[in-house]
Amino acid sequence: MKNLWTIPLLAAALGAQMAPTLTVAPLPTVKVAKGKTATVTVKASLPEGYHANSNKPTYPYLIPLTLKWTGGPLQMESVVYPAGVTERYGFQLPTDKPLSVVTGEFSIVTKFKVPADAPSGPAAQTGMLKYQACDNKACYPPKNVPINVTVSVE
Amino acid sequence: MVQSAQYFFRLVAILLATFGAATFVWSFGHHEQPAVKAAVKDATERKTAPDFDLKDASGKVVHLSDFKGKIVLLDFWATWCGPCNIEIPWFTEFQRKYKDRGFEVLGVSMDDDGWKAVNPFVKEKKINYRILLGNDQTGDLYGGVEALPTTFVIDRDGKIASVHVGLSGKNEFEAAIEKLLDSGPGNNIEARKKNGGA
Repeated sequence: MKNLWTIPLLAAALGAQMAPTLTVAPLPTVKVAKGKTATVTVKASLPEGYHANSNKPTYPYLIPLTLKWTGGPLQMESVVYPAGVTERYGFQLPTDKPLSVVTGEFSIVTKFKVPADAPSGPAAQTGMLKYQACDNKACYPPKNVPINVTVSVE
Repeated sequence: MVQSAQYFFRLVAILLATFGAATFVWSFGHHEQPAVKAAVKDATERKTAPDFDLKDASGKVVHLSDFKGKIVLLDFWATWCGPCNIEIPWFTEFQRKYKDRGFEVLGVSMDDDGWKAVNPFVKEKKINYRILLGNDQTGDLYGGVEALPTTFVIDRDGKIASVHVGLSGKNEFEAAIEKLLDSGPGNNIEARKKNGGA
């Protein structure tokens, strides 16, 4: 307990570098017909100066950008991630390969199939967007952003 | 006349108090800027490094307080952290170079996947210092470690001598370690000087 008072001091010390927040644009309601396909585009953006690994990172130990659909009336058919741009960063060794990353605004496009027996009416299609971001000097723990799309099955 | 003097002293007191408060607030904002400017704090200004109990790869519980009397380089890192990968070989070198002088590196991994991710990495990188598995609580103890790497250099009295957030220079760490090693056991030469001691 005696060390509790050090926490705010350390927090102030570390406050200089905070994890970036990935922003996801609001998703419009998707109107779909039974037996047809539907497309959902998740538009996200990272603040300037930060990058996240692409879905196909350069090294296997890096955490990829992923979008996993977890629930809802639609059946996921494919997810198309943004092509990563290759960049070199100050924290890399000269012998390291450039990193495959996403920066700024990017989109992830999911194609769904609407089952013929999907219940009619509005429903929520839910997913989780996972990313792990870095800047030029530090990396930040992976984060999950819940994704929620209202689908209207007709 | 007396009233004027009282007014003058009151005004001076208010100005001094304002200046003191401003300096205090400023010092929080500039307490430790990003690593490049991290320097070893004067012994009188150091805060106690919070103790923890974390397990190493063999399952043994390790406390920071186990290392009291040694200079400890406490590195928060993760296998997925590129900048951490740059520093790890330096820390391996420091461990080899300084361990006989009362120095120890402790790496606290913040990997969610635990030893499954950490063990192969330790082997691949030939890490020669003790790795512990950290968690959010450990990070919170140290002010909410978000940016990795974040490294604390702790003196022989268990007090934080310098904080390095993000990738730092090898020479910065080495300068901090050397300075603390040179200050010898007890590590309070500066404090003793300030207090008029030998």
